[in-house]
Amino acid sequence: MELLNQVTQFVISGLATGSIYALIGLSFAIIFNSTGIINFAQGEFVMLGGVLTIFSLNVLHLPLLAAILVAVAVTTVIGLVFERLAIRPLKNATPLMLIIITIGASILIRGLVMLLWGKDTQALPAFSGTDPISVAGATLLPQHLWIFGVTVLVIIGCRLFFNHTISGKAMRACSFNRRAANLVGISVGRMVLFSFVISAAVGALAGVIIAPLTMTAYDVGVMLGLKGFCAAIMGGMGSGLGTVLGGLILGTLESLGAGLISSGYKDAIAFFILLLILFIRPQGLFKKGETERV
Amino acid sequence: MRKMFAVIGITMLLLCSASAAFAAAPIKIGGLFAVTGPASFLGEPEKNTLELLVKEANAKGGINGSKIELFIYDTGGDATKAVQLANKLIKNDKVVAIIGPSTTGESMAVIPVAEKEQIPLVSCAAGIKITDPVKKWVFKTPANDHVAAEKILIQAEKLKQKNIALITVSDSFGSSGREQLKQMAAKRGFKIVADEVYSPKDTDMTPQLTKIKAAKPDAIICWGTNPGPAIITRNIQQLGIKTQVYQSHGVASKKYIELATAQAAEGIMLPAGKLAVFDLLKPSDPQAKLLKDYNTDYKKSYGVEASTFGGYAYDGFQLVAAAIRKGAATAAQIRDGIEKNGRMVGVSGIFKMTPTDHNGLDLGAFEMVRIVKGDWVIVK
Repeated sequence: MELLNQVTQFVISGLATGSIYALIGLSFAIIFNSTGIINFAQGEFVMLGGVLTIFSLNVLHLPLLAAILVAVAVTTVIGLVFERLAIRPLKNATPLMLIIITIGASILIRGLVMLLWGKDTQALPAFSGTDPISVAGATLLPQHLWIFGVTVLVIIGCRLFFNHTISGKAMRACSFNRRAANLVGISVGRMVLFSFVISAAVGALAGVIIAPLTMTAYDVGVMLGLKGFCAAIMGGMGSGLGTVLGGLILGTLESLGAGLISSGYKDAIAFFILLLILFIRPQGLFKKGETERV
Repeated sequence: MRKMFAVIGITMLLLCSASAAFAAAPIKIGGLFAVTGPASFLGEPEKNTLELLVKEANAKGGINGSKIELFIYDTGGDATKAVQLANKLIKNDKVVAIIGPSTTGESMAVIPVAEKEQIPLVSCAAGIKITDPVKKWVFKTPANDHVAAEKILIQAEKLKQKNIALITVSDSFGSSGREQLKQMAAKRGFKIVADEVYSPKDTDMTPQLTKIKAAKPDAIICWGTNPGPAIITRNIQQLGIKTQVYQSHGVASKKYIELATAQAAEGIMLPAGKLAVFDLLKPSDPQAKLLKDYNTDYKKSYGVEASTFGGYAYDGFQLVAAAIRKGAATAAQIRDGIEKNGRMVGVSGIFKMTPTDHNGLDLGAFEMVRIVKGDWVIVK
């Protein structure tokens, strides 16, 4: 009974962390799907979401909802500017070059935030209190419900957008074959811009809803970005649902590993699984286009 | 022809250095701090403090009439860079003493350089390895981790808590604390019922704490620097664990209470450097005035409260300055001066350097405090 309660807690904690990874993974997948780029500045969008909300809340004294909207909007604009200034001008760049550019951008964004807002960790107040909720012998916080809720909404939103709107379908077309998409009259450039805008918004939203739990600072984006990237790879970088499952599996395994095996090997377990998946299904990463053309 | 140029060049160099030596030569001191990077919370206040102190000393006409010339480099918390910069300080800038580096890892890397070049190094890192065993040219100003660990265990002993659980961060600060706690707990007859770790960037420690909860300890000792311990404090509240929690001196700042929320941090005890509680000290405390002055000066120059970490550089400079005041000018004289300095009131405690103790602090460096309603209360 004791052990069962413990395992329930491990699973619930894991799912909560996992949905954070899933949300970040999703924002990776959105850009990858329309451009073939892994945007390593994705973690920075997450960080910007949290840091900007705290800034609007504490310095501009906006109410919470307005602060969140401002943070997501500003991050989205940063995503847009980033695409315009760093990605668009390079017409014939290889994906590898673009990936390296995103790494550069992430260092730049991190440095600027550090200079502007300092290095201190800051916390956002929880959206609806901190009284723990008890579920089957385990506890979770109201903020976890917010994370679950927002993740579900984002998944549904993505699904509707990519499968049922012209823009969404056009973005998917770009991911399958850019030239063909161009030939049928889709503006590939605009779709790439779109993908950065959506992805920055989703990333920022993730950053906002996790800030009350995990706190935020200029350097939180690195690890969160990496874990989100793992989630996306586990899901094959493709469909929304795969990435979400990837995130949840990663979070749960981390938590179970820390709880049942050894907390010292928590990250090792997660990255071991990532390596295993890359060995068994390497096509999940860069060669997706080829397998789907068959 | 070329040979002649070389001869002229060398002669001129010799003349220059000779004339520099005849004038009341400034004393060159180096600083190596992790001003950026993951340990910047240490390096930044250290650099600020050192700059402030040197400015003050020079405004008063220097020490014994010689001005201090300061060379500070940012190591970014990187041991390789720290070694390169230490060499640069010694060979290019010709400093006679180095204050820093900020972290234990960097200090251990720089120690061989200082020993080989025979330049006194006053480290601002807490790791016990730095001065144990004693190295001729190496000193350090933060109290050893084991002093804080001992303070916690003495308090636990007083409260008759026998079974303890550890949760420590997996960086050098945490693993050093974990080792010290385990060693000392064994010596004092404690039983460690859980021994968990977490990574510095982890965002949720409920799995570890669930395991600790099941082990039913009398006390939980957490060892880390923000934000980890703050997250742990919140997680403990979430899981409804009612056990007494001890934190390390690594979170002895108001920032920790703010991050963890006053409600979740209520009742937690920790050993704090006296700077964190200087306004609670008795006026008769020998450190009270110094701490207050340091905090006021720092606040006036940088607009924020002084931190314990800046205090490490403060004490480092005071040690070097005390040696210079007594007439030391060369690296070897400064080293001897620091060792024979005798009793000195500093920020981190009351130093008493000896040839066998290059740290010179004891249990008095910390004050056990409890968090009550978001503020510190000294535990009697």
